[in-house]
Amino acid sequence: MSAISLSAGAGAGDSAPQAAAAERAQPRRHHWYRQPALIAGIVIIGLILLAVIAAPLLTSWNPDTQNLNATLEGFSAHHWLGTDQEGRDTFARLLYGGRVDLQVAFIAVLFPFVLGTILGSLAGYFGGWIDLIIMRLVDIVVAFPFFVLIIALVFVLGPGERSIYIAITLVGWVSYARIIRGEILVAKRQEYVLAAQSGGLSNLRIMGRHLLPNVITQAIIYAMSDIVQDILAIVTLSYLGLGIQPPAADWGTMISDGQNFLTTHWQLTTIPGLVVVVTGLGLSLIGDGLADLLRPGQ
Amino acid sequence: MSGGDRVSQPLLQVSDLHVQIASRRGIVRAVDGVSLEVPAGEAVGLVGESGSGKSMTLRAILGVLPAEARVTAGQVLLDGVDLTQLANNQLNQIRGPKIAMIFQEPMSALNPVMRVGSQIAEGPQVHLGMNRRQAAERAIELMRRVGIPDPERRYRSFPHEFSGGMRQRVMIAIALSCEPSLILCDEPTTALDVTIQDQILRLLTRLCRESGTSLVFVTHDLPVVAQVCHQIAVMYAGRIVERGSVQEVLTQPWHPYTLGLVRSAPDVDHPRSSLAAIPGAPPSLVSPPAGCRFHPRCKFAEQDCTVTEPPLRLIDAGHATACLHYERCLDELRTEGADR
Amino acid sequence: MGRMTFVFRRLLLLVPTVLGVTIITFFMIHLIPGDPARTILGIHATPRAIAILHREWGLDRPLASQYWLFMDRLVHGNLGTSLYYGVPVAGLVTSHLPATLWLICYAAVIAIVISVPLAMIAASRKDAVRDHIVRAVPLLGLGMPAFWLALILQTTLALKFRLFPVSGYGTGFTGHLHSMFLPALTVAIALCPVVIRSLRASMLNVLGADFVTTARAKGVPGPRLFIRHVLRNAVIPAVTVMGINIGFLIGGTLIVEQVFQVPGIGQLMINSIFQRDFDVVQAVALVFGVGVVLVNLLTDVAYASLDPRVRFDR
Repeated sequence: MSAISLSAGAGAGDSAPQAAAAERAQPRRHHWYRQPALIAGIVIIGLILLAVIAAPLLTSWNPDTQNLNATLEGFSAHHWLGTDQEGRDTFARLLYGGRVDLQVAFIAVLFPFVLGTILGSLAGYFGGWIDLIIMRLVDIVVAFPFFVLIIALVFVLGPGERSIYIAITLVGWVSYARIIRGEILVAKRQEYVLAAQSGGLSNLRIMGRHLLPNVITQAIIYAMSDIVQDILAIVTLSYLGLGIQPPAADWGTMISDGQNFLTTHWQLTTIPGLVVVVTGLGLSLIGDGLADLLRPGQ
Repeated sequence: MSGGDRVSQPLLQVSDLHVQIASRRGIVRAVDGVSLEVPAGEAVGLVGESGSGKSMTLRAILGVLPAEARVTAGQVLLDGVDLTQLANNQLNQIRGPKIAMIFQEPMSALNPVMRVGSQIAEGPQVHLGMNRRQAAERAIELMRRVGIPDPERRYRSFPHEFSGGMRQRVMIAIALSCEPSLILCDEPTTALDVTIQDQILRLLTRLCRESGTSLVFVTHDLPVVAQVCHQIAVMYAGRIVERGSVQEVLTQPWHPYTLGLVRSAPDVDHPRSSLAAIPGAPPSLVSPPAGCRFHPRCKFAEQDCTVTEPPLRLIDAGHATACLHYERCLDELRTEGADR
Repeated sequence: MGRMTFVFRRLLLLVPTVLGVTIITFFMIHLIPGDPARTILGIHATPRAIAILHREWGLDRPLASQYWLFMDRLVHGNLGTSLYYGVPVAGLVTSHLPATLWLICYAAVIAIVISVPLAMIAASRKDAVRDHIVRAVPLLGLGMPAFWLALILQTTLALKFRLFPVSGYGTGFTGHLHSMFLPALTVAIALCPVVIRSLRASMLNVLGADFVTTARAKGVPGPRLFIRHVLRNAVIPAVTVMGINIGFLIGGTLIVEQVFQVPGIGQLMINSIFQRDFDVVQAVALVFGVGVVLVNLLTDVAYASLDPRVRFDR
């Protein structure tokens, strides 16, 4: 009984119309400016970044200036978002605090990214002992809830920015390592790797110039959600008094300062929190948009 | 065609069925005016290449189209009831006891986390009101009938523990479980090895003949149709282009497309030096060619073929074609026969 | 291999991980700047008094032998003594553990109750308006600081509208249900975005699967179709995702306990950090570490139980 299918018989021959059809069928996704999520995210983050960078232009108030004659004021033309219990302008604190928080978060995400990528690449590419040790390390670090470890580490190292960087690096690298390792395990079986290896290229070169550029996209997508996590961690630490140290303005300390006045002056605590939420939203949208964009096929 | 003089009414009557799929590229007219009759106790083959609309036709009959697809016109009459007008819960009473369906990929067509026996027993439980024990007994008996060895033990197995052929037997058992009068088969043997294919086909034809069940058999494999079916309908680009008895259509095709199909299937008895392929590619179903949809690929195409869509015309007893110049096929065959 | 063997093998593999957890905890604490002896003695901190305390606590020995001592005591169930409260730590931990466990389970239940219907609504009509809403709203939750949400909920629902107690654990089962609702809700909201997203994705996967079409073609009615066919398959990847995020679930309880003054181990830990109570911090970190490891094991077992294809490998 014949197993040759009709589709095989019918398809041979002129392939040009087929190719043209295939091209027309290309989903429009692959144009980044057509992704609503990505655009929305970029707009949101763009606005926020713009606001905090242009802080001196947007407000004439210094975030640290106390004015004990004008404490706990509400919205006014003078102080757009009012003042806190020490008379400091809320809007100014919001903007300058944003500078600190965002700066720390964006920098803090780099170290685990780099460290995790390196370790993950080594583990995935070489396998064997290296893989075993690194994955054991991953298991151990992962065994601790993220916040628990961060809080404990920051406490051990002493509160402040430097400790935040160190703590986040020590704890955050594992996710990147796992992602990169997973991607490399798959990618190293691809033919272009075998070709490079038989061409006598050194392992380092293969990893760096051939494998990494292809696998890095997943890590970048993850980095977006990681920044959100880092912002939350920083803000939480500051709330507890372990993070950005007063009198420096930052969203976490603003929330903490304002919590006693929630029933009377809700804006002191609510607004910084909302800003954090919106920032997280923007970054998540970018992450989602990128993921949709870079997802192979579908 | 009036039914008054016929000896027996057809079991299933599909009239001018239209199915459209909403896609990014536009409205895809997957099934564009298909009419079909399935007599009781007979097997009707529905043949065509991928994308010709044959699977969609089956799914439309049972109302299990994918989310993006809809029936936009036409009727599907079963015992005088139009299935396209029924609500889902009413259709549920048809699915199983009256019409059943077998799918192409047995591995993905079975629920991976549910035991095989339970899946067979589910139909009787839902439709025939059997309790668990009765349904289980029936399932075991069905498994025996379709040739699954050691059914009492294998009742508790999961789909991934079965081979492809065994899984398809399970699907057949599921289809038979509520004793339907019609089974729709969507390329049930395409995904199987050749030897297994043969076994499954024999099983299917035997069971259906024994119980007088009708079949609509969708495939792109001509020899399979020859083995199983009495009637055949050839589909191209969402329409039926030729219809008739298997004997007639396959030995004397009256449509250039059918002719092409017959020629591109290797013939053990008359080996050729090379397989003849049909040139070109299937047309877009969003904006099909004007006139006869096959004309861009047809070597007999003439001016009038590009103007209007030729209707399906009954030429001879039961043999219909949608080709305006079907006599050219007869000429081809005659010359070919002379060459041999 | 049978389920028991599977569990046993995984437990064995846990041992090095747990050991690693103890090492990290131990060394982390002992890197803390500042001398606990000095802190305790306060103004009475003479060099001699400090030295005595050091010898008493074994703090004058090399680090490695301190670790050995630590492990030895640990194996015997001795988690040390609280410098602040003066009672055995083990007792402190066990008395604080129930509240945290309550919080975690309660939060998980609420998260599931919220997420499953929402995921279903979204998956049932992909790319429709309701799908976009269900996908977008949780994005707000991703960036939401748990303690901020806790404060807001506490102020509005508890303080202003007096629907729930402002803080505390409550007494009795219903008391717990009432008092812990807001904290559990806060933690659940933090968890929901992830759960909804993965449930929706796996439901979409399943809904498009062939076997669902088969079941529809069999005439299986809606509710039965959903539960026995769709849900039963869709939960499998979701279980894994929830298991992975359990670390966040537990970590989130830390802050929430603080805001709502729930007497759980999270609050115990935070207070002990500020009180420089070595043994307590160490013990709680250890409990957290082991807890997460156990939960991961549970997740793996649950996954293997739910997916028959997995049982028969390795």
